[in-house]
Amino acid sequence: MLRIKKYIQTPLLKSETLRDTVIRYTLMILMVIVFFGLILLINGADPFQSYKDIFTNTLGSAYGLSEVVVAMIPMLITALAVAVPWRVGLINVGGEGQLYIGAAFATWAALTFQNLPAWALLPLMLLLGMLGGALWALIPGYLKAIGLVNETITTLLLNSVAPKIVGFLIFNFWHSPMDTVKTQNFVPAAKLPAFFGTRIHLGFFIALFLLICFWFFMKYTRWGLEMTAIGGNPTAALRNGIPVKKYLIIVMCSGGAIAGLAGMSQISGYYGVLLLNFSVNLGFMGFLICWLANGHPLGIFLMSFVVAVITTGGNLLQLTRSLPAAVINILLAFTLFIVLARPKFFGKDKV
Amino acid sequence: MVRSQTLQNKEQPLLTLRGITRAFPGVVANDHIDLDIYAGEIHALLGENGAGKSVLMKILYGFYHADSGEILINGMPVSIQSPHDARNLHIGMVFQNHNMIPVLSVWENIALFLPDLKFVVDAKNVERRIIEISDRYNLKVNPSKLISQISIGEQQKVEILKLLLSDARVLILDEPTHVLAPHEVEAFFKVLDSLRKDGYAIILITHKMKDVLECADRISVLRGGRLAGTMLREEATEDKLINLMFEKVVPGLIVGTEETRKEAPEPFLELQEISTDTRGMGRGLKDVSLKIYPGEIVGIAGVSGNGQKELCDVILGIEPSSKGKKLLAGKDLTNRSIGIMRKNKVAFIPENALSMATIPYLTVLKNMVLTKTRRYSRHGGFSMDWQAARADIENAEKRLGFSVPLNVIAKTLSGGNLQRMIILRELESNPQLIIAAYFTRGLDVQSTIAARQALVQAREKRAAILLVSEDLDELFTVSDRLAVLFDGKIVGEFKPKDTNMYEIGHLMTGSGVHTDAEN
Repeated sequence: MLRIKKYIQTPLLKSETLRDTVIRYTLMILMVIVFFGLILLINGADPFQSYKDIFTNTLGSAYGLSEVVVAMIPMLITALAVAVPWRVGLINVGGEGQLYIGAAFATWAALTFQNLPAWALLPLMLLLGMLGGALWALIPGYLKAIGLVNETITTLLLNSVAPKIVGFLIFNFWHSPMDTVKTQNFVPAAKLPAFFGTRIHLGFFIALFLLICFWFFMKYTRWGLEMTAIGGNPTAALRNGIPVKKYLIIVMCSGGAIAGLAGMSQISGYYGVLLLNFSVNLGFMGFLICWLANGHPLGIFLMSFVVAVITTGGNLLQLTRSLPAAVINILLAFTLFIVLARPKFFGKDKV
Repeated sequence: MVRSQTLQNKEQPLLTLRGITRAFPGVVANDHIDLDIYAGEIHALLGENGAGKSVLMKILYGFYHADSGEILINGMPVSIQSPHDARNLHIGMVFQNHNMIPVLSVWENIALFLPDLKFVVDAKNVERRIIEISDRYNLKVNPSKLISQISIGEQQKVEILKLLLSDARVLILDEPTHVLAPHEVEAFFKVLDSLRKDGYAIILITHKMKDVLECADRISVLRGGRLAGTMLREEATEDKLINLMFEKVVPGLIVGTEETRKEAPEPFLELQEISTDTRGMGRGLKDVSLKIYPGEIVGIAGVSGNGQKELCDVILGIEPSSKGKKLLAGKDLTNRSIGIMRKNKVAFIPENALSMATIPYLTVLKNMVLTKTRRYSRHGGFSMDWQAARADIENAEKRLGFSVPLNVIAKTLSGGNLQRMIILRELESNPQLIIAAYFTRGLDVQSTIAARQALVQAREKRAAILLVSEDLDELFTVSDRLAVLFDGKIVGEFKPKDTNMYEIGHLMTGSGVHTDAEN
């Protein structure tokens, strides 16, 4: 309990007791529910029925819950891809692009080495996916380190380049004989194994493992300490003899590698095929979750869960209540808005 | 000198503060302060850092609001809610860090401040008024020059002109002599004198005893947020003022005698004709050669912005040199990274501990190990040995004679304590070269002495020390050799006993040397 509290006391949040924090976040969720209820009413849907639908089809059943977990996987990984560079003060908005390039690299292995056994092919795809993401992040990381361009701009701009490259590869080389917008289905050895008779695949455990590694790394290691120092005050860190440039590049590439891994896990574990535009803003979703969670691993887990419930539930509403797809975005935007504003319900912030 | 008599003739003070109280979380910055300011006087507000001088003046200027107490002008209570109100009541303030726009010219900066500025700016009129007033008070500046082109001393003149043109009658000056060379200070006091004769009320915030005794009519001393006493200059002596400023006696600095220091044969640091590129607002170094021997303190005098930052950064390895060589103990380390310099036992004590050396939201302990994370890492870096770090720090604390709390967040430390933390960190591992840049700036008298003492102690341990400072008293007290930096060049090198502050002052401002540039 103490540990949780300690993490919530990040510089952004002034110290408050655990009880206050819990009440605060509960009230925030209530606010979201009420606001969204109004939107539902305007659309002519019954908010109570809609919420009941969302609940029974996400948390209320084993299948629903497993779908929530499946939706969580890319969110966890892409959020981590933002959280790692975040710790040295880099804003990585490029998760989306890195994810595409990572997926492309992994796909190359999946299509080229179809005869390899799974135990060799999957790690190869994993490594290539990470390599692809890392290379894509090397561009903004290097430009930032030599003080040329802000990484927020470059990562954002590169996002619109990466899917085009993937499109180019699919159209020209990889598309299946039947269909021009996707590759042929991967061989079973190129697919991450699924568990419990659900669609939950190995990516979920990789994500959890990475989150724990991240937490340990930041808390206990020398490199974690030096990264915290760079994030806290880059000038001082440089003057204290920490190789800031090297860190900026390596950490940015690590972020890219993680995003690339998310791409690999999506195509190998979820789709089993590389589709054109397979990711609809997964990278941005990760960014949002990282913001909401303040970059902390436990927070990323909780926030991914919440967002996954919203998206899976929202998808369902489209079907059962025939609401427009934009409704999910409204719900997400509400959540983001309220969490970022972090309204305080009692007392006032000390300045 | 009949200033004091003229004062007593006036019954009513121009400005009266009654019972001003202002508390911040954890500290009462102003505790029932009463103060009278008369027209035609220079009133010095003396006190060490944190005594409440600046807070009191910021209340007067509308930056802060008093929790209780009242402000009267000519006996009428007034309410000052913002600097705008203060200016309407003819109160003006010059801050320590001048607030001007460097890319605009002098007259434009002044015009921006004028309350009666027309929709279409009448440049001629503004310039005429500037010249009129600057002639009258000998505040000569060229109105059409850009702020970025003029010296800090001239910028200060512009700040004062700004207030005069906007009809301020009460001028609050926050540490005005801080940025000036000795001969500039004299001229500045003449300006103040003529302003006083014309009936301006001048409040001078300072912690320099010398200034106060030289130019003030009355002196109020603040201590710990309370008014410790007010006296006329005629009755004030340095001892009396010190007694008012400090409750306990301040121990003096033990400098040590020169005889105990043997000359070393080889310099620890040698710069051979180092030059750097000029970048942005900075000033590149030009052919700087400098040797620092073990066991000596080399003082660098100069008005800041003349290449001091570049000099420190070149030695530290942050700024690349375009030409020349840097030798450390005979080894060529030109343009090697700061990490390598750090490994070669180079320490750095910056002017601003919080922004240049500290990670604000880490604990003091973590901040202390940041310069030597490798030494305390175990299992190849996967864990840190905090016990060992703690033990080393405790040893250093014993040696240096001061301590800091280790488990608090660094940001919560006061300025003096933060600087102590940095000094402790940098001196803990017996560095062989110490770069100290303005390292006592903003410290109170006691912290200053402790900081200088630590430096002197390091010299006794045969460290080579580079001390960059604007405080000539400091440089003359502790340096073994003095070099003057002007416009990126070393324009003079002396033993302190062979020179005096005026000579140094002239060199600092470029008036004593012939420069190649035409201006």
